[in-house]
Amino acid sequence: MIGTVYARMRRFLRRIMTRPRIDLPLATGLFLLAMVGLVTLYSAGGGDLGLVGGQAARFVLGAALLLLISRIAPTVLRSWTPWLYAGSTALLVLVAILGEGRGAYRWLDLGFMRFQPSELLKLTMPMMVAWYLHPRQLPPSWKDMAVVGILIAIPAGLIAEQPDLGTALLVTGAGAFALFLAGVAWWRIGLLAGIAAAMVPIGWHFMHQYQRDRVLTLLNPEADPLGNGWHIIQSQIAVGSGGIFGKGWMHGTQSRLDFLPEHTTDFIFAVFSEEFGLVGVVALLALYAFIIGRCLWIAMEARDTYSRLLAGAIGMSFFVYVFVNGGMIAGMLPVVGVPLPFVSYGGTSAVSLLSGFGVLMSIHANRKMHD
Amino acid sequence: MKRRRALKDPRGEAALFQRRSLVGFTFIVLGLLALSGRFFYLQVMRHDEFVTRSENNRVKPKVIPPARGLIYDRNGVLLADNVPAFRLEAVPEQVPDMDAMLRQIGDVVPLDEDDIADFRKRLKQSRRFESVPLKMHLSEDDIARFAINRWRFPGVDVVPYLTRHYPYGELFAHVIGYVGRIDADDLKRLDPDRYQGTSHVGRSGIERSYEDLLHGTPGYELVEVNADGRTQRVLETHAPVPGKNLYLSIDVRIQKAAMAAFDGRAGSAVAIDPRNGQVLAMVSVPSFDPNLFVNGISSADYKALTTAPDKPLYNRALRGVYPPGSTVKPFLALGGLAYGIRRPEDTVLSTGEFCLPGASRCYRDDKRGGDGVVDMVTAIEKSTNTYFYKLALDLGIDRLSDWMGRFGFGRETGIDLDGEADGILPSRDWKMEHSRQPWYPGETIIAGIGQGYWAVTPLQLAHAVSILAGKGIPRAPRLVMATQNGVDAPKVPIPNPPTGPSLVSDPAHLDVIKRGMEAVVASGTGKKQFIGFPLVVAGKSGTAERFSRTTSAYDTNKNTAYLAARHRAWFEAFAPADDPRISVVALLEAGAWGAEAAGPIVRTVMESWLATQGDAPASAQPPAPAPTVPDTPEDLPVPADGGGAP
Repeated sequence: MIGTVYARMRRFLRRIMTRPRIDLPLATGLFLLAMVGLVTLYSAGGGDLGLVGGQAARFVLGAALLLLISRIAPTVLRSWTPWLYAGSTALLVLVAILGEGRGAYRWLDLGFMRFQPSELLKLTMPMMVAWYLHPRQLPPSWKDMAVVGILIAIPAGLIAEQPDLGTALLVTGAGAFALFLAGVAWWRIGLLAGIAAAMVPIGWHFMHQYQRDRVLTLLNPEADPLGNGWHIIQSQIAVGSGGIFGKGWMHGTQSRLDFLPEHTTDFIFAVFSEEFGLVGVVALLALYAFIIGRCLWIAMEARDTYSRLLAGAIGMSFFVYVFVNGGMIAGMLPVVGVPLPFVSYGGTSAVSLLSGFGVLMSIHANRKMHD
Repeated sequence: MKRRRALKDPRGEAALFQRRSLVGFTFIVLGLLALSGRFFYLQVMRHDEFVTRSENNRVKPKVIPPARGLIYDRNGVLLADNVPAFRLEAVPEQVPDMDAMLRQIGDVVPLDEDDIADFRKRLKQSRRFESVPLKMHLSEDDIARFAINRWRFPGVDVVPYLTRHYPYGELFAHVIGYVGRIDADDLKRLDPDRYQGTSHVGRSGIERSYEDLLHGTPGYELVEVNADGRTQRVLETHAPVPGKNLYLSIDVRIQKAAMAAFDGRAGSAVAIDPRNGQVLAMVSVPSFDPNLFVNGISSADYKALTTAPDKPLYNRALRGVYPPGSTVKPFLALGGLAYGIRRPEDTVLSTGEFCLPGASRCYRDDKRGGDGVVDMVTAIEKSTNTYFYKLALDLGIDRLSDWMGRFGFGRETGIDLDGEADGILPSRDWKMEHSRQPWYPGETIIAGIGQGYWAVTPLQLAHAVSILAGKGIPRAPRLVMATQNGVDAPKVPIPNPPTGPSLVSDPAHLDVIKRGMEAVVASGTGKKQFIGFPLVVAGKSGTAERFSRTTSAYDTNKNTAYLAARHRAWFEAFAPADDPRISVVALLEAGAWGAEAAGPIVRTVMESWLATQGDAPASAQPPAPAPTVPDTPEDLPVPADGGGAP
């Protein structure tokens, strides 16, 4: 019994390791991005090789996970989906229970590492929406939309309650994109958008005071020069002083002199903009556009609804990271904790993103298979 | 469902998906272009401006911490003040080698491990150009020695700041509490922006419960600094908003008199204006000097306070729980009237012993032979146990605890202080929860005289008496009666509306209880205590056992010290009886008899209060000296069959 399990596991592992199923354009894009990330991190961290090494190790771990997931057929992933979704949502509930009475509580302490269950939802959420819509007729009916709305609202609400507005936004976005790609009629989208706009004052009521402050600060950064306003002002100075060609690698004064807060994590894009200028920014955004475009291409080539919706949603939510983070450092959007993918220092984000790309690789490899 | 599945059209869906993907990608490209546009705007259009700002990024914000609000008594006597002091601060950016600096500076200004640990924690929390406090409250000596060695420590300086001082010391320690240095736990809890530059936070008492109002909002100035970080000039100043001043309803004169009346004996007294719930005095004896805590108490001082046998740090008014004894009898009588199971003229024959019907268990009056035939007024006056044993039994524990619960027994009064104890109001549910035992009738009987499981805080009892005195209208006790935005600003009163309708449906009921309580003072257990007092006082004594008895024998040892070691002494009163303006409760942890021991404290508090009133008639004569042995028997419960009381 144990022998057979062991043999099957070995066979499974060998199959994964011997014939990786890699989409070369996507892999190239990701590799370039990781390199840009490490180079920027070296400068932002003030030449701290330990920081860069740690990040590189996370990329390697993420890449291994990517290879592993790319070997799992989309049909298998599909059959696991409800369990993965239920499991990750249950972990959120656990976090909510354990975090009772504390300020912000997002992690489960596994002893050797701290693990953030909301990261799982970035992947299991679009999977679940795709799984639900997969056997149903598209475009989805009002009833299907309502079910999807509930599927999104439960985990997103739990995450927003932690409170982690950034991640809640990304998770909601991922689910909503799957719904959008499923072909919800434009007039319905318009109607829902109208209702959402009307709900803004109510949402405002439920926001934490510090969240409101961040929105207000965006409108008038000078009003809060010691707190968030300081971040926004210094970030814009960094970006603006970079000019067209930038101050050059390792020559950004804003981060060197500690004017920029969190310059290795959420505000690393400001360091990049300062050192590489508009040329660098446009090149980096083009690289992101290329990766997102490739994701959508893979989605269009996919042969079944589940794969399509999932691949498309992952690609589009990748855009949200870039847009929200970029908008934040350029003073267009309030400060929410969304990292710049593959550039910001931080483990869980890189690993969970690479897992998502593993799913895409698998979908790409199985594009000829039929449902 | 089947039908819909049959209609599924893979080709159409693929086409739909492709259209959607293309539209989605178009949106994404537009979004990225918009982002690029914003970067173009910042990096090209406004490039020159930001280059200048980046080069001139020598303009730094410097926080100005707000002054903490002051605390006054009701007449404007200052109870908590801010006084200037000096502390050592370091600006991390300007210290070339932090570890070396910390090693060397200890030789000049003595630092202990806590100072260094706190400093390191604060260091992590702050930006590099912000100065971080290293040691508070420097002595003259420290300042002088640092001045000589200053050249050795770039980035370190002596900075003036305001520290808290409590001019009345131990008189208000349990009410006002104290502030302490912000520690690592506070840093997690407090808003870092609001507490920038602030070194102290309210730790207990009013200082803690009103922290939000007292603290204020920091201001800042934009200063231009040179390459070494030295301030060149101040460009802009935005003044901080100081914390609000608080006016307590306490009168320092009454507080002082109350404290003095205890003469160092452990206990507590609370005086409340029943018309509005304002606390006029609140003392817990013994007390301590809160000034010791402000800049970090020495471990020797702290050990002395924590190991003292009479526990000076223990707030007896707020947290001390004691059996209320006979002080609950007026409330019980009122309950009897309210539920319609007693008329004022109903009588009971007190023979000295009360036995449960159909049971051999008997309970004793404290006067051998009993008080004879008593009605409600006499029963209150003489504190006749038998009357209340029977009343409690007729009420039953459920009605009894429901009725007493309305007077706030068994839960927090809701006073504006943290950490209030809720005491115990005996009930079936409470007992089941705590001992998984059913309720026994005998327990109802002893509950009728405030013994058994029953436990109250002095504040709770004062609250209940205030409800009684205030025509039955419940109102939470309040210490802070007004706030003020600055010394010259008008005071803004804090209203204290009733928490519900009056508990008394028929004012005639209340009159009977008042007559009983007036009789206590006029001719009953408390008659020696208020001779010559110019107002009509309604009161009730209480003597609760500290330890349960083991024999049914009457105590023949009348030695005061011996009795005091066994008894808690209570006295509750309000005046003037027909239109009460003050209600007072006093408790002595060790008092021989309620009226003799605690009564004089209540009288002292009332006299000092009277002296503060404009219409004060002069007190005719000092209170009569308390006799060592009461000639009116007191109200002690004893199960006659030996050791029935838990």
